[in-house]
Amino acid sequence: MRVPYSWLKEYVEIELPPEELAQKLTMAGLPVENIINLSPGFSGVVAGIITAIEDHPHADHLKICQVDVGEKCLQVVSGAPNMRVGQRVAVALEGARLPGGREIRRAIFRGVESLGMLCSAQELGLDASLVSPEDREGILTLPPDASPGQDVARVLGLDEVVLELEVTTNRADCLSILGVAREVSALTGVRVKEPRIEFSEVDPPAGDLVSVNIDAPQMCGRYVARIVRNVSIGPSPSWMQARLRACGMRPINNIVDITNYVMLELGQPLHAFDYDLLKGKKIIVRRARKGEKIITLDGQERVLEDNLLVIADEERAVAIAGVMGGLETEVTGQTANILIESAHFDGVSIRRASRRLGLRSEASLRFERGVDIEGAPRAADRAAELMQKLAGGSIARGQVDCYATRKKPVTIRFRPEKVNYFLGTELSQEEIKEILQRLQLKIKTEGPDTWQVEVPSHRGDLTQEIDLVEEVARLHGYDHIPVSIPAGVVAGEKKSRRQEWEEAAREAAISCGLTQVITYSFISPKIWDLLQLPPEHKWRKTVVLQNPLREEQSVLRTTLLPGLLEVAARNASRQVMPVAIFEIGRVFLPQGDGLPQEPLRLAGLVMGSRNKGWNWPALEMDFYYLKGVVEGILERVRISKVQWEPTAAYPFLHPGRSAEILGINMEPVGFAGELHPDVLSAFELPTRAYVFELDWEILMNLTDGIPGYQPLPKFPAVDRDLAVVVPEEVLAESVREVIIDAAGPFLKECRLFDLYRGQQVGEGKKSLAFTLSFQREDRTLTDAEVNSIIHHIEKELGRRLGAALRQE
Amino acid sequence: MKKELETLEALKSLKERALAELSQVRDLAGWEGLRVKYLGKKGELTQVLRSMGKLPPEERPRVGQLANEIREELEEALRRTREVLVQEEKERRLKEEKLDVTLPGLPLPRGYYHPIHLVLEEIKNIFIGLGFAIAEGPEVETDYYNFTALNLPPDHPARDMQDSFYITSNILLRTHTSPVQVRVMEAMRPRLPIRIIAPGKVYRRDDDATHSPMFHQVEGLVVDKRVTFGDLKGTLMAFLRQMFGHDVDVRFRPSYFPFTEPSAEVDISCVICRGKGCRVCKQSGWLEILGSGLVHPKVLEMAGYNPEEVSGFAFGLGVERVAMLKYGIDDLRLFFENDLRFLKQF
Repeated sequence: MRVPYSWLKEYVEIELPPEELAQKLTMAGLPVENIINLSPGFSGVVAGIITAIEDHPHADHLKICQVDVGEKCLQVVSGAPNMRVGQRVAVALEGARLPGGREIRRAIFRGVESLGMLCSAQELGLDASLVSPEDREGILTLPPDASPGQDVARVLGLDEVVLELEVTTNRADCLSILGVAREVSALTGVRVKEPRIEFSEVDPPAGDLVSVNIDAPQMCGRYVARIVRNVSIGPSPSWMQARLRACGMRPINNIVDITNYVMLELGQPLHAFDYDLLKGKKIIVRRARKGEKIITLDGQERVLEDNLLVIADEERAVAIAGVMGGLETEVTGQTANILIESAHFDGVSIRRASRRLGLRSEASLRFERGVDIEGAPRAADRAAELMQKLAGGSIARGQVDCYATRKKPVTIRFRPEKVNYFLGTELSQEEIKEILQRLQLKIKTEGPDTWQVEVPSHRGDLTQEIDLVEEVARLHGYDHIPVSIPAGVVAGEKKSRRQEWEEAAREAAISCGLTQVITYSFISPKIWDLLQLPPEHKWRKTVVLQNPLREEQSVLRTTLLPGLLEVAARNASRQVMPVAIFEIGRVFLPQGDGLPQEPLRLAGLVMGSRNKGWNWPALEMDFYYLKGVVEGILERVRISKVQWEPTAAYPFLHPGRSAEILGINMEPVGFAGELHPDVLSAFELPTRAYVFELDWEILMNLTDGIPGYQPLPKFPAVDRDLAVVVPEEVLAESVREVIIDAAGPFLKECRLFDLYRGQQVGEGKKSLAFTLSFQREDRTLTDAEVNSIIHHIEKELGRRLGAALRQE
Repeated sequence: MKKELETLEALKSLKERALAELSQVRDLAGWEGLRVKYLGKKGELTQVLRSMGKLPPEERPRVGQLANEIREELEEALRRTREVLVQEEKERRLKEEKLDVTLPGLPLPRGYYHPIHLVLEEIKNIFIGLGFAIAEGPEVETDYYNFTALNLPPDHPARDMQDSFYITSNILLRTHTSPVQVRVMEAMRPRLPIRIIAPGKVYRRDDDATHSPMFHQVEGLVVDKRVTFGDLKGTLMAFLRQMFGHDVDVRFRPSYFPFTEPSAEVDISCVICRGKGCRVCKQSGWLEILGSGLVHPKVLEMAGYNPEEVSGFAFGLGVERVAMLKYGIDDLRLFFENDLRFLKQF
């Protein structure tokens, strides 16, 4: 809401400079976002009247104008297309300065002297959207009351300061100058001067000229019509145009300008119909008929749905109620008689209508938030008064006022002690009463501690006791409420086990060298094809957004992989390599009609090589690097019992280089592997990349926690190296399992330290070398004992895997 | 007798020789050679001592005594020489061994936290210190929890403030963390006090330089007997001063949220220009940082508490905004692009 300072001061005396008033309003809940000084960017520009226009003898596109600028007549050469004799224009005189520092001098155009310049809106630094479309192409047309020689800055009202207010949705009353004046009055204690409305009426009465019927009373609580006849349509005076422009509205003609002006002044949206174009002299407020059409003022034909509220005459819809008028009954230069509509429409219906039609107007904005139903007659009167004064109309006697269910004033039962109870203040009843009265609230004492507070109709937002507490807090000033700290202590844990578990994931992944990323929860449904998932794959069962911003963000993720791939691709495309990243976050699994499950996943991606250094070799982040990271993470969070099993079940992974990760009961808890070459190219990844994803929910149940302390061994361990030759297809883990199984209780560690293939072990075979560490808690093991265990291991390896020990 | 004299002479010359050679030794290897030569298992003096048995018994005491004296003397000389040599060798090593300490160290793999996470952690830790617990709620919510239970019935104009992503007409991505307020109250009632924060992702249908369709919020809720607006002020001031520094100014401005009343917008003095006015604070000297207010009686009532008996306050803050102010980040999109050059700065 833009509030011109001079306009505001018509309704309330203000001693404060704009900056201080802005501060007061801001601290009372009407934040002033901007203080706009409309000061002109020009000087030396005066109003003039074109008295004659001649063709230029040597130039087709130029004209020679004689312009009356008061004391003299000047010859000015111009090429503007919209010049006409009698037009009032802005003339930059010799020596004038325009925005940007341009100075106007006497000049000769193709042999003809020009003693000034006719200015366009743009040349004067005005907002082009606030001038008429014809004037945008040529010079600015000034209002008819601009007198020759008058400073154009004054004509345009550029000696104005405008406060730009942010009005919260509850304060519909402050969407008017008068409403803001009331607020200023409450803040400063200076009384509001309500506008005085004076006009004369003539017969016949309005009721003889039009009938009004409300067929949809739930959607239209009141309809006031006034008729003004024999108006002359023309531009409105400069002061009105200036105020409309200052408020961000474009002047159109005196009648339309008056409806807008009164809306800004009083907050009541108005509409003016060309009375003669209303068929049957009837106004019917009804729901649209199915398929009914209307061409709105913006020239668009709109098909209306049947629960939309329209204003109709005997035959057809002539306006979409509260949203936009119809073109057919628009006020034009030919209009003589006006019907002023000042109505009250239900906010919810208007909101639905304007959303459905994608049409939002100053009027619909106000109706949505709530307009004072008692204010309708006054706004109609005010508009009629101005039409009489500014357009010479004669006002038909009386109003047609359809107001079936009269609203009772709102009265709130109020216990003043609640103010101190909620605020922690120590305000006296007198202080509270004084504050409420400044807001034009009427207080009746019901008992010693209970009041009945009557709310004026313009404050529709005040309906309950707590609303009044807020009003007192606001006007008392939040700054004056004493500061305290809530009493009492809260027992219990601060973070749940699940929260700790989520944090553990993050900490573990960071400690394993991955960097945290956060990606959008919504992804593209096309990603599943890029990942080569079959049609029935579980990841394809997604939660789908009805109204996504774009298709690429239209379904909720069922895996964290897409986000990681996108981040990897983006970094690679920016030559940021290597990439080692992880994300911990929720995925969304649909559950019938209810809310989806939102389990936590932990996923990571590595790609590229860690650089070679002066003293160390380059390290390619390959499958085993990734596996090391995953093992590191699991070890940090104390999950020891997972198994890695070869799998070809993941279509986006290399079938020979991917693993299912299994928990203690052999249930899958995640996967890891190299990305399939087709996926690499689909995401334009420049090099092999490796990914994992873990089901962090299931893993929470597998963690061992820290098991209690183990005493340190008192006796030394005995180490033996063992090289086992097995056929190529035997998995390392199978060998390890046999060793551990055969070794018995004294084997403390079994670590694979070498893998060898080559002549010494023969074709199709490999040698796996382990370091075994044996230890007893009660004494040192003898060589003979260890030898006997090794012998047993050897026998078992041979029996179960056909393996042989490799001799040194 | 003659034999005895010869032996004694031989011992003496052996000693002279050994000492002379010892004085020529320059390193531990030479020293070890000499030790072995004279005192090793097959060393010269060892052999003399071992051959004592062949001497006539009467000669043994004198020869034996001398041989032992010489052995002790040699051992002592060897020990002293060794000390000197060890010392020399250490000094030589310290002199020779020199590293260019400016060469780069071995780069161990290291990961970085996302800045949003860092700020979230800081916020959580401050509130835990103020006695708050951490609560969570679903990111996909019902219309009831996201709006209706927060005093935002269908068609309420304030619903426009938060353009939503819908899944069905009744289910949507939560537009704020406030639904957690209601869920916590329902789970807790009738127990008191409630003192929680609820951090998490929220979603709004907005995407431009200053809006991201997904961002993070932290919700706060305190419900107890006689919780006042003064408590709200005190708690939030304590938080903001810990977060932004003790010299930060805090102001509370009336505002409007359907689920709180009285409602307050909380501003801090601009951390960029220290209140003088700059581009970030739009020359006002103040930065909007939090929305807050006393829990609306209708919200308490819908969650099953009697608003005549309990009161509370709630607040919500945008994590991205805090992170931007804290680290001087001027582009919201950086948070979700995840450029590693950006992430590794935190």
